Parts: sequence; C-alpha cells; structure tokens
Amino acid sequence: MATRELEVTLQERGGAAVLALHGDVNASAEAALQSAYGKATSGDPGAVVLDFSEVEYINSTGIALIVGLLAQARARDVEVRATGLSDHYREIFEITRLADFMTIEEEEDHA
Amino acid sequence: MAALTRPFRRRFLRRGRGAAASEAEQRAAQPDLAPEQTPVEIAPNDPLLAYFQSAGEAVDIEELELDSPALRELKAAGVKLAVPLVSQGELIGVLNLGPRLSEQEYSSDDRKLLDNLAAQAAPALRVGQLVREQEAEAATRQRFEQELEVARLIQQNFLPKKLPDLPGWQVAAYYRPAREVGGDFYDVIPLPDGRVAFVVGDVTDKGVPAALVMSATRSVLRASATRLIEPGVVLERVNEHLCPDMPAKMFVTCLYGVLDPASGRLRFANAGHDLPYVKTANGVIELRARGMPLGLMPGMEYEEKEAVLEPGESVLLHSDGIAEAHDPDRGMFGFPRLKETMAGSPGGQKLIDSVIAVLEAFTGPGAEQEDDITMVTLQRSAGAAIVAGSANGTVLAEFELASEPGNEREAIARVEAAVAGTGLEQARLDRLKTAVAEATMNAMEHGNEYGADRPVSIRVLSSADSVKVQVTDLGGVTELPEREAPDLEAKLAGRQKPRGWGLFLIEQMVDEARVTGDEGRRTLELVVRLRGGDDGDT
Repeated sequence: MATRELEVTLQERGGAAVLALHGDVNASAEAALQSAYGKATSGDPGAVVLDFSEVEYINSTGIALIVGLLAQARARDVEVRATGLSDHYREIFEITRLADFMTIEEEEDHA
Repeated sequence: MAALTRPFRRRFLRRGRGAAASEAEQRAAQPDLAPEQTPVEIAPNDPLLAYFQSAGEAVDIEELELDSPALRELKAAGVKLAVPLVSQGELIGVLNLGPRLSEQEYSSDDRKLLDNLAAQAAPALRVGQLVREQEAEAATRQRFEQELEVARLIQQNFLPKKLPDLPGWQVAAYYRPAREVGGDFYDVIPLPDGRVAFVVGDVTDKGVPAALVMSATRSVLRASATRLIEPGVVLERVNEHLCPDMPAKMFVTCLYGVLDPASGRLRFANAGHDLPYVKTANGVIELRARGMPLGLMPGMEYEEKEAVLEPGESVLLHSDGIAEAHDPDRGMFGFPRLKETMAGSPGGQKLIDSVIAVLEAFTGPGAEQEDDITMVTLQRSAGAAIVAGSANGTVLAEFELASEPGNEREAIARVEAAVAGTGLEQARLDRLKTAVAEATMNAMEHGNEYGADRPVSIRVLSSADSVKVQVTDLGGVTELPEREAPDLEAKLAGRQKPRGWGLFLIEQMVDEARVTGDEGRRTLELVVRLRGGDDGDT
C-alpha cells in the first residue's frame, strides 16, 4: 500500500469553503493543504470545512498540519469544521482534543 | 643486643674438646643427635657477653675473673680456651676448647691458628644462620599459602558448578577471590515449582574462618530454600540456625531473591547486603528491603519486597568488593559509578564484562584486588514473555523495511495481513495500525535517521488473547526521544511545536507499549488485546 499524495478540491457549500481531501494526510500533504487553505480563506468564508470522506490515512504529522491550520484559523477567527471522519479518526480527534476546537459533523458515516 | 635474643646464638658446649661451634650449634638445634652436649646459656645481661664480643682473640677461661654465671659454668665444664666468633661486630658463637690432649698448655701458635680459624668461620657461620632464618620464614609463608589454598578450595567447592538454563533469561555470574580469600559466595537454587532462588552473600573476615562460615550459611540456605517459599522467612530461618554457632565478631550479609521466570516477578529479602540494581527503560533503580546481617542476633525479621522484570530489563546482585575498590590515590569506586556502568551497558555477560573493565581501569594496571568480587546478573530477553509463555507466542510475520518516508504504510499493510486470522476487532485493528505507523515512523526517523542501510525490523506475534508487534530500529539507546506532553492549547497558541503527537498516539492506541533495547537495537513493543472490555470502543 503506497502513500497516496493528497489532492484537495475546493468547493463552496452554504457559505462555507469545503476542502475535499483525497489521499493521505501526512508530511507530503503539507503543500497541498496549505495552498488550498490559503485559497479558501482568501474569499473570507463563514467557515472552513475539512472533508475527510476520501481520506484513508492520517498520521501524527498530518495531525500536526491540521493543528497548524487550526491555529491560523483561530488567529483570524475563522470557524473550522470537520466532516467525513471514520470512527477511528474521530476517536483520534477526540484523544488529541482537536474535537474541542473544531466541530465534527456527523452527517456522513464512514465506519 | 637484640640479635642475641635468638637462643641458638647463646648456646655453647659445656665440654668442647676442639669441637667446632657451628657443628655444636647444629647439634644444639637437633638435641636428639647429641643428648650429652648441653649448651651453656649466656644471659643477655651477663658481662661475659660483652667481654667475648670485644675480646678480638682467644680467651683464657681459667684466668678470666668476672662476676658471670656463664663463666662459672664454663669453668665448671672444664673449658680452657674460648674463641669468640664475631661477625660485623656481633657475637654469633664461641668455640669452647677443653685441655689439650697432650695436657700441655695452648701455645701462641695454637692461639694464632684458632684466631685465624675464628676470623674465617664467623662469616661462614653467619651466612649459615641467615640461610636458616630464611628457610624458617619461607616455611611460615608456605603454611599461610596452604591455608589460603584451603580457604579457596572450600569457597570454590561451594560455588555452583553451572548456572541453570532459564528459557527467556540470560543468567551470568562472576566470582574472583582476592589473594587473601574473603568470604563472598553466590548460589543459584532451582526450586521445585519451577522458580529459581538467587543468592549473593559476604562473610566478614577472611581466609579459612570466613570460608567455613560461608559453607555453613550456604548449606542452611539451600536446605531452607527448598522447604520455605517466602524469601523473608528463609532469611529468618537461616539467621536462627547461624546465631548459636557464629564466631564472635563475624556475621554474614546476604541478598536472597526468588524469581518466577514465566512472569518476571522477583521476590526478595535482604540481610544487610549491598542493594541490587535493576536496569529499566527509565534508568537504573535500587531494590530496597530492610534486614540485619545474619548471625548477629536471633529473632530478626526480614522485610520482603517484590519487583517485576519486564522484557529487556536486568537485575544485578553484587558484593562490596566492587564499590569498595580503590584507585591508586585511595579514591573509592563507589556505588554511583557501578550504577552508571550498569546504565551504560547491556545486561547479561556483557554487563559483567563492562563492570570488570571499568573497575580495572579505575584501580589501575597490576593493582592487587582488595576483596572478593562477586556478581550475579539476570536479564529477561526482549520478547521473553512470548518465548517463556506456554500456550502463546506464535510468530505471525517478520520482515524488514527500508527507512524511507512513507514506508510506514507498507508496515501497516503487512501487519494487517498478518493479524487477519486472529479475530482482532476492527476498531482495535485500526488503533493497532495507527500505532504501528507511528512506531515505524519513529524508528525510521529517530532510530535509523533514514539511513539507507538501516532498515526497521518488524515482528508480529500472537497469543491466546492479544497481538503483539515489535518494531526494532538501530537506535542504541533505550529511551525514546524526549517529549513534552502534547498540549493542544499550547500548540494552537504557538507555545509548543505543532508536532509531537507520535508517542502520545501510540500510548493511547494500544493496551501496552514498552521499550526494550540491547546492543544498539531498540524495540518498541505494542500489545493490543483481541477484544475490548471497558475502554469505550464501539
């Protein structure tokens, strides 16, 4: 199972900028994630939504990237939400307390 | 005059018809060969002594007037002429002559002849005396050496001939007596239930007395060990046995421990002996338990403690010959140095070798060993639980991965494939996968520094109720890199780096995580139970 380079598609959904992530959230995802986040926030959206539906693998470096995004968003008072997390990664978001600083949307179930 | 206190220098014949003094002295030394020749003793304060010493020629006894008991005796014995034998100003003998056989007086030629003879005989006699003194000293030394040899034999006879073969454990021992054998001993006693007792002790005093007390202690220990279970009770019993017959001012210090090889549990009690050390992933710790030395007074109680040796950990029992060794400037080796040496070396025989090497470097080349040196060490092999366990421990997979970023995905895939038939719950599998990924990344990055020729080894094992993954790198140290507890607030506020989640995640994901290491290898071991209990997974 090789690493799947992250691709990010930027969408707009109900006033929020949705970053649809495809691939692995690891060290190699940094550039793609940063650039997409930059584009998303340039339009001054009401919120940024990270969609993990097409993400199979998040590692500790990926967590650090998300922490970095969250820090930037908080500095500019932008709300961040997450969606499409599997049970496993939702647990990790809870353990790391990321879930305390971003809303985890549950409308999709990827158990 | 001190030299004259040696008796054979003051012995002279009562009747010495021309007999040479040296010959007479030999007879005096062997009285059974010449019973009729009783030597004349000259008391140290007898004026005759001073007279002879300064005479410088043959002395007419009959004409000599001195208030001297020895002179009276010589006259009574019929001695006519006495020829003092003086070497380097010291009177070492006298030739006593009776009347000439021709019944004429001694002529001046006779006297000259005798004076010449005395001048030559005196140094020769002195040499003879020195040789005999040296022989006597050599005999004393030999008796001393023989005694030491006896002590050594007793001692060695009571040390274990071979150490037990414990699966999953490396057992090593070292014993080197000082020249003047001290009272160190060690023993390894297999118990009927599969457990093993370990002893290191030290009897005060040296030589044969210490060796005898040591052999008695060892015998009582052996007898008690196989009948009693609790280490504290064993020491109590041994103390009761030793007290009545213990020679004054002697006692025995002793560390007694019972190891369960399957679980790594070590129960121990201590009778005033040096504290054993345990090397863990977090450093070297002392095993403390209170108790008085054996043989001092009856009715003593011994505190009993327990420690668990995890895979990779080792314990060192030792005697004071190590910590109390001195360097040429009389500085002491000390316990901290011993502890430090243990921290810096792997266990087993290698630990013993490095302690000896450090000790010898400390005392300097050719230094005589001051006291006995004894060590016993037990190391639990990394992964020993699997090896030693009875019904568990199947190796499901074993592979190596190059240290390249991203290869943790390969590790996850292969571990997932390996545990496919174990019945591991999905949620637990997901957690294990995350833990394996983090452990592999950690190994590749920190342990192997992404070295092209430094692969990560991964072993997957299963037991009846759990899966274990061992991730091994070439990181040499047993401590994981320092970490601060990740604090999300601090990270968001920029007070902590955003990274630093790996080890935290590993610990959260598995039921047990531990680090073991040996010889430049470091293993992170992850254990996940097949099914959850109360920890909230769905």
